[in-house]
Amino acid sequence: MSETYVARSSAIAARMLAGEMMVMNSMDSTFFTLNEVATAIWQAADGRTPLREIVRTRICEQFDIDPEQAEKDAEQFVAELSQHGILLVSPEPLGDPHPQEKP
Amino acid sequence: MASVLQTQRCVVEIGGIPIWLRTDDEQFLHTLRQRYGGFLSSSRPEFELEFDLSSAGPVSDDDVRLRRDGADWVLERGDFQARWNPLSGRGRVRQNPNPYALDSVLRILHSLILAERGGFLLHAASAICDGKAYLFSGVSGAGKTTLTRLAPPDITLLTDEISYIRGLKNPGHASDYQACGTPFCGELAKAGENCAAPVSALFFLEQGPENRVDELSPSDAMRRLMRNILFFAEDPALVEKILATACDFVSRVPTCRLMFYPDARVWDRIRQFEGVPVHV
Repeated sequence: MSETYVARSSAIAARMLAGEMMVMNSMDSTFFTLNEVATAIWQAADGRTPLREIVRTRICEQFDIDPEQAEKDAEQFVAELSQHGILLVSPEPLGDPHPQEKP
Repeated sequence: MASVLQTQRCVVEIGGIPIWLRTDDEQFLHTLRQRYGGFLSSSRPEFELEFDLSSAGPVSDDDVRLRRDGADWVLERGDFQARWNPLSGRGRVRQNPNPYALDSVLRILHSLILAERGGFLLHAASAICDGKAYLFSGVSGAGKTTLTRLAPPDITLLTDEISYIRGLKNPGHASDYQACGTPFCGELAKAGENCAAPVSALFFLEQGPENRVDELSPSDAMRRLMRNILFFAEDPALVEKILATACDFVSRVPTCRLMFYPDARVWDRIRQFEGVPVHV
């Protein structure tokens, strides 16, 4: 089965507020808030770790979610954010990702 | 000669930022002095804008285009073209003599300056009540002008359209925010008072059958705030700063939904309000 790699775009600004990630695209000023699960995926999106591994190690273990359902949700989340240019998605590992968000 | 220069000097100070509006055109100077009458200043200007009134572009409702050209910011709309260098603090505006173009240029300029200084312009009415500033934000029709029309005589109106929020950084102390009056008016067609007060709360307006204040979650507060901040630039560094300021603001200033029935009793509810910032 092919892998999916995800990385944060360099064109975005991100801040944690009350446990949720606030994300803004500097190209079109669109603004998103990510819930806890989405924030965990976002933080782990380093371009080198396969999405499946992120879901297994960061989502299923921390949030006690069924792996199959978690993977489906993660794919949908990643697809949505990549459509808005917030996440980069590739079947190959991606280069140096955007620096971590500010606290 | 000195007296002539003094006469022609028009420094407009909004939010504590004096900008020298330079023109040789006496009629335009007169227009500026009338329009910004309550905000004329004798302070030493921090920034300068020089006007070239040769542009014949008609009054325009087009979106403003804002881009970087080297160190300069370039601002363009059908009725003006402006170039401003934030390092030298100087700029040049080419426009026809209508004051609407200048209002837009000043708003953009202030939004850029404020972004660097931890503040922002917000689509919101604002007023001072018992020494505290309250912000009332919302889309067109939400009730900004209605609320300001209902204000009792002891309320000082800062603006019914664009609120000016300045970050006050005190090293070693908590940050604070201040709302300042602006000459930028909406349907009320009346400039705000040139004064300022600490921001006590930000309310997102909604007209309804009763006067009620509801807390907002941090993400809801941020979504609403970001939707109403005036920001034009696609510059990643400035976007980063605006996002940081907005998060800080929401964590320090009570941010709520205000449902109000349009009569004067809503101001009693506002006076009674004692909110806390969202839990962060």
